[in-house]
Amino acid sequence: MQKRNHGKIGADTFCFKIVGYSILCLFALLCLLPFFLIIASSFTSENYIIRNGYVLWPKEFTVSAYQLVFQNPVRILRAYAVTVFVTVVGTALSVFINTMTGYVLQRKDFKWRNIFSFYFFFTTLFSGGLVPWYILCVKTLHLKNTIWALIVPTLVSVWYIILVKGFMRSVPEEITESAKIDGAGDFQIFIKLILPLSKPVVATIALFSALTYWNDWYLCMLFIDKKELMDLQYLLYQLMGSIKALREIASQTTVSVSSMPIESTKMALTVVATGPIILVYPFVQKYFVRGLTLGAVKG
Amino acid sequence: MTKSKRQEFVREVKKSKTLLLMILPAVLIIFVFAYLPMGGMILAFKQFNYRDGILGSPWTEGIFDNFKFFFMSGKAFGVTLNTFLYNLSFIAVNTVLAVSFAVVLSEATGKRFKKLTQSAIFLPYFVSWVIVGTIAYNLLNYENGVVNGVLMQLGMEPVNVYADGPIWRVLIVLFNAWKGVGYSMVVYLAAVTGIDMQLHEAAKIDGANIFQRVRHVTFPAVVPTIVTMVLLDVSKIFRGNLDLFYQLIGKNGALYEATDVIDTFVFRSLLETSDIGMAAAAGFYQSVLCFVTIMVVNGIVKKAQSEYALF
Repeated sequence: MQKRNHGKIGADTFCFKIVGYSILCLFALLCLLPFFLIIASSFTSENYIIRNGYVLWPKEFTVSAYQLVFQNPVRILRAYAVTVFVTVVGTALSVFINTMTGYVLQRKDFKWRNIFSFYFFFTTLFSGGLVPWYILCVKTLHLKNTIWALIVPTLVSVWYIILVKGFMRSVPEEITESAKIDGAGDFQIFIKLILPLSKPVVATIALFSALTYWNDWYLCMLFIDKKELMDLQYLLYQLMGSIKALREIASQTTVSVSSMPIESTKMALTVVATGPIILVYPFVQKYFVRGLTLGAVKG
Repeated sequence: MTKSKRQEFVREVKKSKTLLLMILPAVLIIFVFAYLPMGGMILAFKQFNYRDGILGSPWTEGIFDNFKFFFMSGKAFGVTLNTFLYNLSFIAVNTVLAVSFAVVLSEATGKRFKKLTQSAIFLPYFVSWVIVGTIAYNLLNYENGVVNGVLMQLGMEPVNVYADGPIWRVLIVLFNAWKGVGYSMVVYLAAVTGIDMQLHEAAKIDGANIFQRVRHVTFPAVVPTIVTMVLLDVSKIFRGNLDLFYQLIGKNGALYEATDVIDTFVFRSLLETSDIGMAAAAGFYQSVLCFVTIMVVNGIVKKAQSEYALF
């Protein structure tokens, strides 16, 4: 304390930082701990987990859980394929439709921009609720057990549209006007001129939408009961819930059911389902931060 | 007069043809997935069967039969109160934590320390609720959960968390904070870093200590963001987060009394017990409640401090 005071930091700053940093570090550790737990347990022998519970550091190191998961990987690879397809196609469509809509709605020469803006905004104030929505999707649109059930319902987001509108207002209007004088069509102007100038907001929407599609389990639970169309998160949910399903995986492999490492396999599956997110996280984090900063400005 | 108006309308449509086509996909999708279900709310007054569909199904005998059923079930008050109180706790806990963390981070000098803690706290936002449910189970289950392992090593009795409703009132708030604080913190941090450094320097020269600076320089700069964020949350105070409650509690009936919210109740009535009429009535009630809340909240804010109004 004395020593610190000798420097430029006063006692008040010292107190503030000690208390503040401690709480902050504690919370940050709590955020990371569960991930260590899952990873370490997935490499720990089943016997050890049953005797001592989950661990924070691999004990009796083994990769048998991963061997089991990848010995007959048809179901998991299938779920991966579904999730990747839904994420890629859903994100591409979502970015295209939401940016295009946002662009039109901020064009000052578009006469009905206020009416349509309200048309979209009103749905954030009032909603029909789950029941009619679900029955409509199942009975009228026949979305049950189609891949589109996982994509279309969340395609348009009013929040993205507002974000785009806000961002594109900062793109000079003269660009649109001079291109029009040169005889370019509105769609062409949007694709060739406006989109390339809007990279930050495109990146933000793309990432948020990709995250939503990747992490979805809800639409899959509502609409899919065919095994081939199950996505990764929902498969994980099902496997967690039923040891029976885990046994099914085991029965297709050479591992005898009694010696099946159930607990560590659950952990290995969790790692497999979360892996890509954790891997890309360090690279994309800054775009999310930027996106939230854009969004903080009221649209 | 009307004729020339129509002509003008046609001319305007022709002029904006491309623009109209460009918003058409979004307009259609919103119409189908948001406006049609609003019409479908008439289900709350019908005896639904899948064969006849929404329009063809017969009306209930008394017009409010489904609502009576819902309110007589004894669940209506409980789930409404749970939804309200959980959301209130979420708002309070997450706002206090997120704002405090943002302030501490903004005062931190080590660049690496800042980056690492921010990344760690933001990380849970990126994993799915399925993973959160798994993590909760691994930490808390009776047989080999971490928490019970620690309790036993300390010589205490293990707790069967998944049979104890009241504990979840706290646990749910904690898990929600675990997943959500990072997101809000980043938003607040944006507001804090927007502060002109000269203000801090001037305060220092005037002899303000760090607490005074936080109180009089940093905090006022974050207030508008806090108000906006809290308002957005308050307007959704009767909407439960189904992801959170379904993944943490699932089908564990022993915990319903303490953890059932309107959304989980509607969800179960629709898909598990197939009480479609009652589910529709409960959903109708929730939609109206939410709409009234947002209008009233916004109205009050508009009167008190119009620049904070949401619309």
